[in-house]
Amino acid sequence: MENKIKELRQEISQAFANIHSKEELAEFWQKYYSKNGRIAGLMKELKNVPKEDRPTMGKVVNAFKSEAEQRYQEMKAKIEEIELAERDRKEAIDITMPAKKNPVGRLHPITLTRNAMINVFAGMGFEIYEGYEIEDDDHNFTRLNVAKNHPARDMQDTFYVTEDILLRTHTSPGQIRVMDAEKPPIKVLVPGRTYRSDSDATHSPMFSQMEGLVVDKHITLCDLQGALDEFCRKMFSEDVRTRLRPSYFPFTEPSVEVDVSCFECGGKGCSLCKGTGWIEILGGGIVHHNVLKNCGIDPNEYSGFAFGIGIERIAMLKYGINNMGLLFENDLRFLSQFRD
Amino acid sequence: MKAPFSWLKQYVDIDLTAQELEGRLFSSGFEVEELIDLRGGMDRVVVGVVTEAVRQEGTHLHICKVDAGEYGHDIQISTGAPNVYVGMHTAAALDNSVLPGGIRIKARKLQGVDSYGMLCSGEELGLNEDLYPGSEVYGLLDLPKDTVPGTDIAEVVGLNDYIFDISVTANRPDCQSILGIAREVAALLGKPLRMPATDYVETDYEFPGMDIDVAEADRDVCPRYLGHGVHNIVYKQSPRWMRRYLALCGLRSISAVVDITNFVMLEIGQPMHAFDYSMIKTGKVLVRRAKDGEKIQTLDGKEFTLKTNNLVITDGEEPIALAGVMGGLSSEITENTTELLFEAAKFARDSVRHTARGLGQNTDSSARYEKGVSEYTVELAMARALHLINELDCGEISKTSFDISAGAPREGKHFTATLSGINRILGIEVPEETVLDILKRLSFEVEQDGDLLKVVAPRYREDIEIGEPDLAEEVIREYGYEHIVPTFLKDARVTGGGLNPDQNRRAKVKQLMCAAGFYEISTLAFYADADLDELNFPADAKERQVIRLMNPITEKLAIMRRVLAPSVLRVVVDNLKKGNNEGRIFEFNKVFIPKQLPVTELPDEVQHIGFAAFGPDEDFFAVKGAVEALAGAFDLNVEYERAEDVAYLHPGIAAYILIDGERVGYFGKLANKVAAGLKLPKDSKANLNIYMGEIDYAKFESHIVPFRYKPVSEFPSVTRDLALVVDEQLLCGDIVREVKNACKAVSEVELFDLYRNPAMTALGKKSMAFKITFQPADAALSQEDVNRFVNKIVGNLKYKLGAEMR
Repeated sequence: MENKIKELRQEISQAFANIHSKEELAEFWQKYYSKNGRIAGLMKELKNVPKEDRPTMGKVVNAFKSEAEQRYQEMKAKIEEIELAERDRKEAIDITMPAKKNPVGRLHPITLTRNAMINVFAGMGFEIYEGYEIEDDDHNFTRLNVAKNHPARDMQDTFYVTEDILLRTHTSPGQIRVMDAEKPPIKVLVPGRTYRSDSDATHSPMFSQMEGLVVDKHITLCDLQGALDEFCRKMFSEDVRTRLRPSYFPFTEPSVEVDVSCFECGGKGCSLCKGTGWIEILGGGIVHHNVLKNCGIDPNEYSGFAFGIGIERIAMLKYGINNMGLLFENDLRFLSQFRD
Repeated sequence: MKAPFSWLKQYVDIDLTAQELEGRLFSSGFEVEELIDLRGGMDRVVVGVVTEAVRQEGTHLHICKVDAGEYGHDIQISTGAPNVYVGMHTAAALDNSVLPGGIRIKARKLQGVDSYGMLCSGEELGLNEDLYPGSEVYGLLDLPKDTVPGTDIAEVVGLNDYIFDISVTANRPDCQSILGIAREVAALLGKPLRMPATDYVETDYEFPGMDIDVAEADRDVCPRYLGHGVHNIVYKQSPRWMRRYLALCGLRSISAVVDITNFVMLEIGQPMHAFDYSMIKTGKVLVRRAKDGEKIQTLDGKEFTLKTNNLVITDGEEPIALAGVMGGLSSEITENTTELLFEAAKFARDSVRHTARGLGQNTDSSARYEKGVSEYTVELAMARALHLINELDCGEISKTSFDISAGAPREGKHFTATLSGINRILGIEVPEETVLDILKRLSFEVEQDGDLLKVVAPRYREDIEIGEPDLAEEVIREYGYEHIVPTFLKDARVTGGGLNPDQNRRAKVKQLMCAAGFYEISTLAFYADADLDELNFPADAKERQVIRLMNPITEKLAIMRRVLAPSVLRVVVDNLKKGNNEGRIFEFNKVFIPKQLPVTELPDEVQHIGFAAFGPDEDFFAVKGAVEALAGAFDLNVEYERAEDVAYLHPGIAAYILIDGERVGYFGKLANKVAAGLKLPKDSKANLNIYMGEIDYAKFESHIVPFRYKPVSEFPSVTRDLALVVDEQLLCGDIVREVKNACKAVSEVELFDLYRNPAMTALGKKSMAFKITFQPADAALSQEDVNRFVNKIVGNLKYKLGAEMR
């Protein structure tokens, strides 16, 4: 009996070596493990063993049976693994074949810049007001302290619709509309398109500005610079500084031109800053008393600052675009390059 | 504004270099756009004395020996100039020298003889007769005999100088003059200002019958007019110093008297005019607005026909000058002039501007007037001009003079301010002494009473308007903006910021368009009638009811758009021309809809979304998918109507976009007629495949309602497929609508197959198969329920649309 077990064990071991598929495994199972298989046959032969030896022999046969069962399970797992690997191999594809296209468009660089600018000021508590692109003389000039014969009107070549209705030359009329509607504290941005009858390499007859206005008690020139410092740091780089210098706008007094230290060369002088270390980015100042008065705000109680930034200018600086015309050509090879 | 360094030094002692002064001017509000070095890079060009000049046989050259002081006493230089002579002091460019403009001179052989440099003409040094007399003679510059050999030539001929080209802001017309800039420099440096001499001597001579007046009704545009008679005029050249200053500022010398008017304009900033008095027939001068159709011939020979908004100087009958712009030819100063009338006047800026621009006659004088002159400069300039008549000894000053004034006060503005108020604007504490010192240096008269300042502004500062803010600006620009300490809205109250819901939604629309593959474009808001023609808009289309500009830059940009399509199509065409053969673009921007025409009030500004998809892979349904994706993002359900009447779209491949039954826009294939007219190369036009559309965002947006969360149904949905045979003409949308109408439980109807075979086609039929999804609301659907629904749907389709089950 023990010899038979030994033989069978050896036979099974040999058979295992020749199994490579599920089918062969099934055949093998049929031959050795099924009801009429060789292992079952061994159990049947037990009854031929002398009675006194049976318990001992029974244990031996049972041990062999469970050993064989375990080996079968191992074999089965191994075969399954082989088959799965084979299936995977057959299903494999060339993953470098082209993708199914799902093209995504992009925002225009002016929009990207405008959004980035809004984000910075929104964090400081600025709301956004958009105003009208076709305005009246009153909001665009007169109430901004630009009287009929004021020299500032010479600086602004204005498109007129009628004697009194015009394309806004700046976003500043938004100041008037906001101050007419709201009382201080006011913190507002007025982004939008503006128009001047100017057209050359550096001017487009239509361009975008972003006005900023703060009106509250005790607003000073220091606050203007503080807010713009923050803007420049967020917009360009953490280590830039701003510089104020005197300028003139009819709706602010004092008026300032604001330069930012060159973020390209760090102020040493390069082609971007034309060797000066500074880049002119915007104009602003303390809101003129007359403008506050024109909106029913008492300049003795409240003060404010205002500024106007050219969005194209910021976009050009930020992205290194040297020709403003490109922003309005809408060449897809250009537009497809910009992202946040 | 051009200011020569040497001229500024006439009025104030400047102990800074030109570069240092440039920096100081910049930080006080006067940006120097260009600092022009008159040397122009000139180097090693010195005074040389010709000690020997021997004609070289067979050539036109003289071989010279030149004494150039410390640079060598015996330098051999050949010259071809015929005027060379022994003992001549001239300009010698030494070996390795640089001439103005960067030309380098090196020792070389001339006709076989070594020449260690070059002797120069005035022209080669960049000089002209006004900058340095004798410069324009043919040949070498013949310098005075007292010039010392070896001296830098720039010092001798006045090229050791700079010109500041200063950008003066519009509020400071008082600085559109050498004196004005000098005044600022004096204040900056804390140095005294030397005023130009204005004293003069009048004779007893009176101009018989001279009379000057300004028409009462026209004093608004001529608030001040000074006239002064000058007699015994001597026609002569003005002195070197005056000619040089004029030349440095780009003016040519004409004669002493004319030069004086130009010099005073530059120096004081006040345009002046001189009339030949003998040519004023009536002897009288009347300033008035022109009569319609009046004519004048100006000094440059041009003739103008005038309108009533032109101000003129007349002899009581006819115009003899365009006020503030140019004198008339008839009373021009000539060498025969013996008596003249000097004019210094204040004309209103917009009057001069209208005349100069209206007639296209822009002059130095009109440019000054457009910037503005003050009553103060009118007086100063006249006195200065008369002084110069005396100084140049070119005439005598009559006691006949006139001063016609509209009565403006002859003193500076009075106002009060406080020290604390000034500091409150700036946000810093400027020391009291500093404030007072700065105001004093800027010639403000200040009377202090504790915090209170009683101030009188200088007369020439007509820009000072309201007091404290003006003074704050004066103080900080002198004190220095670097003293401002940035504070981050220190005292401002906290406010909520950011986009409002409408702005957020518009930002989302842009993102959604991008997600659907569209690139955002940005185009000009104006175009031309021709652009509407190109898109086939009929004459009576509402898109042609547009706002027109009175003064467009070009006719191509003359109307404000009320539809985006022409701009969008232009971008498509531009891209095709550049070889970008496919793409999707959109613009989300305002169009302008007049409330009435002609315009009398502000128009409606309405947001539109214009879009286009072009290229071989695009089709109507791809674009339709994009439209539905956009609408779907806001839970809007889109329906369609065939759009046969959109001017620029294909009548058979276009649809109106309906939301809740309202047309909010349209899209479709570009009409064949429009495509055929596009300016594109023939071969690229053969396969044009362009889809376009436009959505009125205001209408679109009005259908969006806040969403409310609904729990997901716990009952499973059931789907059934339905294959139908229908008339070829029947629209898919009609079937879908009918299925939905037939049964409330239908949540989705989707066409999944369209099939035709010859037998069907012969009968004018086609087969369409739909997947219908039923979503129960409150109970699971039984097989019987679904069968009932399907039967009802099939019955309705058959009854209403003649559809048969396949």
